[in-house]
Amino acid sequence: MSVLVSRRDFLKASAMLGGGMVLEFCLPVTSTAAGGAAASEVNAWIVIHPDDRVVIRIARSEMGQGTFTALAQLVAEELDCDWARVSAEFASPNEHIRRDRVWGSMSTGGSMGVRSSQDYVRRAGASAREMLVAAAAARWQVPVAECTAADGVVAHAPSGRKLRYGQLAADAARLTPPKEVTLRDPAAWKIAGKSVQRLDIPDKVLGKPVFGVDVMLPGMLHASIAQCPVFGGKVLSVDAGAAAKMRGVRKIVREESFVAVVADSWWRADEALRRVAVEWDLGGNGHASNETIAAMLREGLADRQLPQARKLGDAPAAMATAAKVVEAEYRSPYLNHATLEPQTCTAWLKPEGFLEVWTSTQNGEASMAAAAEAAGLPLEKVEVHKMMLGGGFGRRGGPQDFVRQGVAIARAMPGIPVKMMWSRAEDMQHGFYRPASMVRMRAGLDAQGNLVAMHTTIACPSILKVLMPGVLSKDGIDFTAVRSFTDMPYAVPNQQVDYAMRNGHVPVGFWRAPGQQNAFYRESFIDELATAVGRDALEYRLAMLKPGDKNRLVLEAVATAAAWGSPLPAGVHRGLAVADGFGSFTAMVAEVSVGPGGQPRVLRIVVAIDSGHVVNPDTCRAQAESNVVFGLGSILYQENNVKAGRIVESNFHDFRLPRLSEMPRVETVLVPSGGFWGGHGEPAILPLAPAVCNALFAATGQRIRSLPLKHHDLRAPV
Amino acid sequence: MLELMVNGRTYPVDVEPEMPLLWVLRDHLGLPGTKYGCGVSICGACTVHLDGEAVRSCTLPVSAVLGKQIVTIEGLSMAGLHRVQQAWIDHQVPQCGYCQTGMIMAATALLAKTAQPSDDDIDRTMTNLCRCGTYSRVRAAMHALAAGSSAPDTGKT
Repeated sequence: MSVLVSRRDFLKASAMLGGGMVLEFCLPVTSTAAGGAAASEVNAWIVIHPDDRVVIRIARSEMGQGTFTALAQLVAEELDCDWARVSAEFASPNEHIRRDRVWGSMSTGGSMGVRSSQDYVRRAGASAREMLVAAAAARWQVPVAECTAADGVVAHAPSGRKLRYGQLAADAARLTPPKEVTLRDPAAWKIAGKSVQRLDIPDKVLGKPVFGVDVMLPGMLHASIAQCPVFGGKVLSVDAGAAAKMRGVRKIVREESFVAVVADSWWRADEALRRVAVEWDLGGNGHASNETIAAMLREGLADRQLPQARKLGDAPAAMATAAKVVEAEYRSPYLNHATLEPQTCTAWLKPEGFLEVWTSTQNGEASMAAAAEAAGLPLEKVEVHKMMLGGGFGRRGGPQDFVRQGVAIARAMPGIPVKMMWSRAEDMQHGFYRPASMVRMRAGLDAQGNLVAMHTTIACPSILKVLMPGVLSKDGIDFTAVRSFTDMPYAVPNQQVDYAMRNGHVPVGFWRAPGQQNAFYRESFIDELATAVGRDALEYRLAMLKPGDKNRLVLEAVATAAAWGSPLPAGVHRGLAVADGFGSFTAMVAEVSVGPGGQPRVLRIVVAIDSGHVVNPDTCRAQAESNVVFGLGSILYQENNVKAGRIVESNFHDFRLPRLSEMPRVETVLVPSGGFWGGHGEPAILPLAPAVCNALFAATGQRIRSLPLKHHDLRAPV
Repeated sequence: MLELMVNGRTYPVDVEPEMPLLWVLRDHLGLPGTKYGCGVSICGACTVHLDGEAVRSCTLPVSAVLGKQIVTIEGLSMAGLHRVQQAWIDHQVPQCGYCQTGMIMAATALLAKTAQPSDDDIDRTMTNLCRCGTYSRVRAAMHALAAGSSAPDTGKT
């Protein structure tokens, strides 16, 4: 691995900063140049030091979800090394390209980190183990079959000889990897499947500079940027006025779509930026508003020529003969990711024509491609240093807007590293939002109240249309806009799902569990149907789920754990929902109360998750807690309103996050049934909103068909 | 030239008196453990100790802290981990970790004053925002500390 910041530069930087933190992240852990005896790369994933330290390279990003540790566990499991000697580092995107994408996908989204790389990372571990065993057998001149490996040691039982991995790694690295390896049965796991402590936490509690915004480089400058408040607008003119002469200001950068100030500290850059007068060409969207967006979606619902995302049986015909028809319309607002670390990128265009970028990214390879394009350099001339993310939630994968901006600023300051960070307001108003959407559901029930026909029409902007157009179906169906309806687990003989793609000017993106609003619609509506025919919410769902369906199993598990149907204390009410997605099956029971002033309070969440296998149970529980808090903010408070073409909200006063005092008790029941690999970063958000709103219906009799709750008066009727 | 006392050392800094302490720490003293989250004293990612009190440094002009002892996450413990940091590891509190340095500074200040905070004390004082959802573990870690240990009270698999 190449050392792209020299040790001399690094020491210089530390000295310059007057005894501050050192730039540990600049030095690859495995670099032999960093001193000490040479470490050996047994394969791309595994580097073993002579003293038995094992460094595992991780291609996916770490944004809090725990993938950095879980993938290392899987590699270490098959390698069968001593977990106490394991550390992890990010694989270099530049090296990834030069080595023919040896680390597979670097994209980190869709709760895919573990489930879509588990096979090849486990093979890498197993392959390295076999190479270490072969190296030992060769040294001892004994048959490989007589040697075994465990806990970082290869042993030859007949002679009682042993060698540590650190003593074998150099030999092993020269061997040809085996063609076939056998992976361990998860039932025999020793490292995977256990709640080992996360590898990234010690640095994080010490405040070490691990995040994108923490980068410090010799002579580095800082930048704050302003983009056109109306999406799609452009810079018309810039009057820097006194800003250019303010203390510490080095440059006013004007680009087509933004203005940036570069200064010797971020605060000075931002102060000066506020004094730069920018005239914007607002483009054609200066009149867009909540009302125009609602009208656009409503027109979509009224369209009679929509493509069908699903057709089973004949829903309209079955509806015509149904004993009872229930219809409801639901909607959701745009939502920002609001990662606590704002978007950031540090870029350094070096005199020799090499570009280095440090950024908090969900996709190192995409960042490198964006940087290369923005710099006009071939990929080989670009390196991206993947930093820990101060939250991701889907914001930092597809768009890479922040990388292009960082590189554009660096081009204006050749030879000088510049760290760009967005202000909170910039971050709130220039996101890639969870789409606003509107849905109409019609259900046909037979005389017994059974659901025999369901016809759903969804009006929703398409995330894929802009960010991944190749993934749209040929009829223009965006699967993220129709999920939970097109793959509804309930046995309903007649189903139709129509999709109205209606794209406003507000950029949309992958917000944690993209399409999760559909689970809110569907599972609330199923509750409406159960209520309409006087049946229990659990029994009504179970009656529509085939035996063995995993949705059914998690529903039963959560019902048991939450004692569904048992008496509750006065003023406490329950709701229930189930949803599958991101490879896992999740069912949830929410317990809520409503204060005398109508204040909703979520007291307890019980969630059952079947992800097939579980690599780190404690991290999986943490992700369930995370989904509850992330979702709770959107249920109680959050929305991004549009007025005069721009986002109204600007900070956490008008885009509230729940505080510690609002945190419900979360009880996570992991029920891995084996045989498949599901995700954990997103699934638990799916049933949250409907479980909470179904509980609020039980509490108040009010059916919540739009969020956030702050717009609903939940007081008991006088 | 202003003189700041940070983590037991005196630093001369040549900055505007109105520059918020956060930016002096991050960009002039090279102490990036203290974080920017909102810039308006809502989120608490910028929490440091000022003469032992937890304060939000993003709106605190540097001129207001002269002669006062400032402690940042980097100086919380001069030898190894502070027991609050250890509890944060034992309870596996951080997820992304961005808010956690501020969260730890807030918790440390509360525990220094109130060794056994009630849930109410924790609710009222721990107003730092966490986007990942570490709140239950923050509470559990603080209760464990109040009970004199850092470790979780139940074994986990």
